Amino acid sequence: MTQTPKTLFDKVWDAHVVKQDAGAPAVLYIDAHLIHEVTSPQAFNMLRQRGLRVRRPDKTFATMDHAIPTRQTEMTLWPADAAHQVRTLRQNCADFGLTLWDITGEVQGIVHVVGPEMGVTQPGMTIVCGDSHTSTHGAFGALAFGIGTSEVGHVLATQCLLQAKPKTFAINIEGELAHGVTAKDIILAIIAQNGTGGGAGHVFEYRGSAIAKLSMANRMTICNMSIEGGARAGMIAPDETTFAYLAGRDYAPKGREWQAAVARWRTLRSDEGAVFDREMTLDANKLQPMVTYGTNPGQGMPVSGQIPTPDQLADPAERRALLSALEYMGLKPGQPIAGQPIDIVFIGSCTNGRIEDLRQAAEVVKGRRVSDSVWAIVVPGSKAVKAQAEAEGLDRIFAAAGFEWRGAGCSMCLAMNDDKAGAGKYVASTSNRNFEGRQGPGARTLLMSPIMAAAAAVNGKVVDVREMI
Amino acid sequence: MNPFTTLTAAAAPLRAENVDTDQIIPARFLTAVTKAGMGDGLFAAWRYDPTGQPRPDFVLNQPQYAAAQILIAGRNFGSGSSREHAVWALTEYGFRAVISPGFADIFYNNALKNGLLPVPLPEEAVRLLLDLVEEQPDVQIQLDLGAQTVSLPDGQSYHFAIDPYRKECLIEGLDDLGYLLAQEAAITAYEHSNTKN
Ligand code: SF4
Repeated sequence: MTQTPKTLFDKVWDAHVVKQDAGAPAVLYIDAHLIHEVTSPQAFNMLRQRGLRVRRPDKTFATMDHAIPTRQTEMTLWPADAAHQVRTLRQNCADFGLTLWDITGEVQGIVHVVGPEMGVTQPGMTIVCGDSHTSTHGAFGALAFGIGTSEVGHVLATQCLLQAKPKTFAINIEGELAHGVTAKDIILAIIAQNGTGGGAGHVFEYRGSAIAKLSMANRMTICNMSIEGGARAGMIAPDETTFAYLAGRDYAPKGREWQAAVARWRTLRSDEGAVFDREMTLDANKLQPMVTYGTNPGQGMPVSGQIPTPDQLADPAERRALLSALEYMGLKPGQPIAGQPIDIVFIGSCTNGRIEDLRQAAEVVKGRRVSDSVWAIVVPGSKAVKAQAEAEGLDRIFAAAGFEWRGAGCSMCLAMNDDKAGAGKYVASTSNRNFEGRQGPGARTLLMSPIMAAAAAVNGKVVDVREMI
Repeated sequence: MNPFTTLTAAAAPLRAENVDTDQIIPARFLTAVTKAGMGDGLFAAWRYDPTGQPRPDFVLNQPQYAAAQILIAGRNFGSGSSREHAVWALTEYGFRAVISPGFADIFYNNALKNGLLPVPLPEEAVRLLLDLVEEQPDVQIQLDLGAQTVSLPDGQSYHFAIDPYRKECLIEGLDDLGYLLAQEAAITAYEHSNTKN
């Protein structure tokens, strides 16, 4: 009898089921657990209350990213609550013997940028973090998903989670991206097509010729926003690009173990004939740079387009959602998105805060000036990204153009620190969420790619970057 | 975790789709290292104006919904951030159940771990319930987890789905951790059989 063809997801899932009682969710083993200062303290409190230890301190890695300031300041000058969260994380890591990539050290940054950089993220692993954008790590062929704080506690205590098996959803992306069209545009187009709830209960697998050509940074951009499409996780089968990225990284296997690992990783692809619960196809050739106009990431459109009008939407709930989004955004139905004035530009986040993103944005900015009406900041995703960018002189290109050059962290992606957009301000942002108030109370976010954001900074309005490059 | 068996209570109508966890509790309320006080941040941007005054038109500020323990909302409730703070905010405020045509996965899981019952109902049923509680704010809605039903005083009743294991955990007030800790032998055996662990 031949074996039933399996999807990539099925292979990784099956290899991690510790136990499956009838009528109960699977006990799923977790290979790597990432934590940060905001969603972990209550989990450590629970461990203490119940007198539990961390079962595998070697499998949890901590860094600080969400609440920390990105201007260089003494901790004594930080907001008290951010400093308290950071001190709490230090204490928890010390008490339970966990690896901490502290802001005082050389390795620190957004958890989804640092994990891959350190080589903790590897193909075939299960990876979780108390953060929804853990889906990023799926770019390596890992099964990676966000969890709540209760589950952070479960992983700390048992290295396992109780999980119901998700369904699979193949997203085939074929063709060639036109000049000026990026990975960010692929994922924004997918979410615009499927809606923010479209992937609920599913794990996406991105495949096809357009995906195979992408760098790891670009694959991470796509997998990162799987959660914005409602999916539990997003995955891409590992290939030579993946192995080349991982080779030599701190936590990657070395020597003979590396050879064995690569041989194992090569088997991590969906078998010929594997059946997915759902499937969709996207033609990469037809994509344009995308911009969101609404208050969820599904409300996106090509830059050459017009904001939809309510009568274009058949569904009353969608119509209501459109009207309330446009009211919040101060935009009109039928309005072209190109030409919309921008007040603030934010380049950074776990979606687009990697070195390649900064290189591409710098390319657009080089020799140009940020519009006088715009406040623009670049926030590298990690200290390593920052150091690399400085070694390449990108910081000077940005600074000469009038951008602020910041330290590594989440920054204006979620506005927990003082990197906030004011009420009513329009932000061209390379992050992943345009929710009401996400970048500060009353702030209005337009999501786009790093080169589109760079173009908006220079022009003080939304423009089609293809006209500039 | 507090057990959930049945609940008969008033409901508040929140006519919004894709209510994300940034709305349920904005990031600026996430700076705590405990769970206490989260209820104050619930729907902060919708509940309060920039000066901190309650917005009278927001449903939770309307006296007729002050006693509501059930929240009824549009589709894809709890999308976005994984922050469990969203569930802590809802429960601390006094909600014990949320009815929606659908929930985002992480929110759904987080709710179950805190004794907040997520009730998925067909879109049409949710629309009728929203209309009903807007017309009669004090109408008592009965949730029966054992029977998996939502019942109205006029006898109308809707069935909702829930995984049998999750249902039992809620009814008994059991959390996953006890179950996981009891798997110690299986976890150790798994680790030994996977040399790369
Ligand atoms: S950069 Fe934004 S989305 Fe990414 S982890 Fe930080 S807050 Fe979350």
